[in-house]
Amino acid sequence: MSQDHNKSRRHFLGQAAATTAVIAPGITLMTIAQANQDQPHGASSSKRWGMLVDTNKCTDGCTDCVSACQQENGWGDGSSDESLSNPQQKAQWIRTVTIRDKQTGHTNQLPMMCQHCESPACVDVCPTGASMKRVDGIVLVDKHICIGCRYCMMACPYKARSFVHESLHDQKSNSPRGKGTVEACTMCVHRVDHGDQPACVEKCSSGAMMFGDLNDPNSDISKKLAEVDSTQIRADLGLNPSIRYSGI
Amino acid sequence: MLSQMLKQISRQRVTVVALVLGSLMGYASIAQSGDRDGVRSSISPNAGDSCVRETSWMRRNHMELLQHDRDRTLRQGIRSVDGSIKGCVECHVQQDDHGNTVAINAENQFCSSCHAFTSVSIDCFECHATTPDSVKRAAK
Ligand code: SF4
Repeated sequence: MSQDHNKSRRHFLGQAAATTAVIAPGITLMTIAQANQDQPHGASSSKRWGMLVDTNKCTDGCTDCVSACQQENGWGDGSSDESLSNPQQKAQWIRTVTIRDKQTGHTNQLPMMCQHCESPACVDVCPTGASMKRVDGIVLVDKHICIGCRYCMMACPYKARSFVHESLHDQKSNSPRGKGTVEACTMCVHRVDHGDQPACVEKCSSGAMMFGDLNDPNSDISKKLAEVDSTQIRADLGLNPSIRYSGI
Repeated sequence: MLSQMLKQISRQRVTVVALVLGSLMGYASIAQSGDRDGVRSSISPNAGDSCVRETSWMRRNHMELLQHDRDRTLRQGIRSVDGSIKGCVECHVQQDDHGNTVAINAENQFCSSCHAFTSVSIDCFECHATTPDSVKRAAK
């Protein structure tokens, strides 16, 4: 989408929003209260949402973040679906990975999910435009137009995406998911848009995960990143992920 | 001979036009009298006083509204929109006699009854939740 096209579309949407109040007399108080919490203009390019994981705090064997994601987004144990798929086929939005230093034997556990790259390989290869990056850096799949070709799954160096192999009936209302489409961590975009934190960050009992705006030098996460040594996984690929790890 | 043929053709035409008109009027009157059978106008106790647009407008154009606003929500993160399918479900979902919530796309429920009547299949619920979260669902 060209920049100009974007602009005119936004202009049009702006006008449409201005006229809505006139043509929709039936707006209830509930809708207005809801609207105030949201960002009325949506995602902003002045922000870049990211996370910092302190792998020294991440406790071996803990799966708080995984279960929080399952309950929030309705996959794995958070859903009664996918009974026909085998374990390799089942959706996995976030998983824990244990890395081991061969020389010392020291192990570290860390959560692995969509790394919300600045230059996402999935978006590059997607033939339909379904894989997309929001202006605030969150990488999503538009399942309305995903054709399930799975190019993005092949392209992703983090194995972050899953494909739904069977019909589902037990979705969460904030996380639509369905057969024949690809899915991954959304950074809990529905919560972030309401000013909340992703479910994994909120539920991590050891406080190993931090979420915030990487563009804002005064955010907690930016201050922490300036202070501690952190790294991106497969930084050599130059994709510039929004998820950073310290302690590895 | 020729005039007779012409007459017959024009008579056939009149019949075709009358048939088409008749079916159109029939459709319009059905579309307008959706309240006839209780199910099609069903709203749940958690609904407000009115829909996001006039009912007659919604009957014909709800899909345009949903399609427009889905892109705004997903791609631009604008969540205070009228065309929210979550909103449709929250207001129009029904409970059965045991107090369990019935999926909105189940037979004779709000979405499915009209779509079955007009022979339009709905793909929305391949992915979208058919009941609000944290309710007790009726067994299928
Ligand atoms: S599976 Fe869907 S999101 Fe992935 S590349 Fe194909 S169309 Fe794009």
